[in-house]
Amino acid sequence: MIKDDNENDLLATKELTLHLGPQHPSSHGVLHLVIGLQGEMVTSCRPDIGYLHRGTEKIAENLLYHQFVPYTDRLDYMCSSSNNLAYVLAVEKLLDIEVPERAKYIRVIAAELSRIAGHLIGIGAWAVDLGAMSILLYAIREREMVLDIFEKLCGARMTHSYMRVGGVRYDFNKVCREACEELVRVLPARVDEYETILTGNRIWLERNKGVGFIPPELAISMGLSGPALRASGVNWDIRKDEPYLVYDRLAFDVALGENGDCFDRYMVRMVEIRQSLRIVQQCLAGMPDGPINVDIPEIVPPPKQDVYRNMENLIHHFKYVSQGFKVPEGEAYASIEAPKGELGVFIVSDGSERPYRLKIRAPSFMNLQTLGRVVNGLYLADVIAVLSSLDPVFGECDK
Amino acid sequence: MSRIEKQQDILSKLKDSFSRDILDITAFKGDVTVLVEKKAVLNVCNYLKDDPSFRMNYLVDVLAVDHMPRSPRFDVIYCLYSIPKKQRIRVKTMVAEGESAPSVTGIWAGADWPEREAYDMFGVVFEGHPDLSRIYLPDDWEGFPLRKDYPLRGYKDRYNPYGEEKE
Repeated sequence: MIKDDNENDLLATKELTLHLGPQHPSSHGVLHLVIGLQGEMVTSCRPDIGYLHRGTEKIAENLLYHQFVPYTDRLDYMCSSSNNLAYVLAVEKLLDIEVPERAKYIRVIAAELSRIAGHLIGIGAWAVDLGAMSILLYAIREREMVLDIFEKLCGARMTHSYMRVGGVRYDFNKVCREACEELVRVLPARVDEYETILTGNRIWLERNKGVGFIPPELAISMGLSGPALRASGVNWDIRKDEPYLVYDRLAFDVALGENGDCFDRYMVRMVEIRQSLRIVQQCLAGMPDGPINVDIPEIVPPPKQDVYRNMENLIHHFKYVSQGFKVPEGEAYASIEAPKGELGVFIVSDGSERPYRLKIRAPSFMNLQTLGRVVNGLYLADVIAVLSSLDPVFGECDK
Repeated sequence: MSRIEKQQDILSKLKDSFSRDILDITAFKGDVTVLVEKKAVLNVCNYLKDDPSFRMNYLVDVLAVDHMPRSPRFDVIYCLYSIPKKQRIRVKTMVAEGESAPSVTGIWAGADWPEREAYDMFGVVFEGHPDLSRIYLPDDWEGFPLRKDYPLRGYKDRYNPYGEEKE
């Protein structure tokens, strides 16, 4: 507390600079915040990022187009299928190919499942940062169900590399369908449980309601996107406004907040989990039979078992692995509504097998720059709440 | 009027307003790119933000592309989006090595970090940026890694025995 009158001089405190992180349990990864403090009040906050910078864009320039897919897994590692999707959509845009119907439905399911996994871990980590340990354990339990589905789908739990340019790697079989149906059946009641614990919880409300208010004008001008932007009442969801894959055929609601505080950002994510389940359910019902890859052997190699029996398939496979495929010259940008916001991939192609320049528009990176503008005047403990409500992931933020 | 006709209509209006400064307008795979003289970038951006038929109120990204050995060497691209109109436009300008690009932080405050990133990776200086410093790499880092003449494994020093020798 600062007292201006001279009689209480003893109460005045010196300005303190606090370094939070880069190794701190509640900094959601390797984030370093330089916080100016007057007592417990924050006077300035400067995020220092880059501790996880791996030069992903430089790596991309030196890889074949199909070799880069596993690197996208490591961006937002909480929901790798979304990252795969943004990348393959950009390459497909340059190639001017459209994937088969069945592949589109499978891709939507994979993207929505990864959104559920991402939001669950986001809310779980947020709650544990504010002292509610049990939510994290429940959220991890439910996320396990989602990861099990991915394991049945593609054999991997975290880093899927499930999507490929021209389709998906494996078919969506009966086992996956049953597991998805089980998730759709079980999860709504579990989300209700979280809401019983959190939404009416007095500590949760006091820590989040009215904290970290972001007005819609500031949110738009700072480039905020995803749940954090919608919590400020801005109705913008790329799935609705620029539908990709089959989102224009699916019925789902866009969750909007009113106040733009931490609590609204929490509620938007809760609603989005439920809406994602709705989307998964509709995709299960509407998924047609048919191929899961485009029929262009240069872009999608034949199934491995055929490679051993057929000369042409062997040649196609060899050429794909050793040389990759050429992509026409041009520039294209494709973006999706990832769990954290607008995830975009911009590719400059010079007509060769490798991208000339690849730029990733990472939502965590753009969202995090709002933090310094929002926390001034709040208590130090509220910085943690605001940071968790923006839900940055540093694989993506630092690239 | 169909969406595409409407788009062409407003783009020709844009071209008429800035006939001298707009070098080219291309639509490739549905992505509109406006190539602008460097000195006119701020005027065009302001116009795109305020004009009722564009209303580009959201800055998606700022990025640079190294076209070595072309001269001018760099492309700087401002990716814009209009939340009310649901349309995207990219404003592109060319910047030579040692020249500066105009900063759009005065128009969209969110350009802060992406411009710092472009500076960090390419060494493109954004004139008018309030705090242009490296964002990912340490302040004392030498070189700009996403330039085409920067070696993939970096330069050799005491921390990086596998890097390339500096000539």
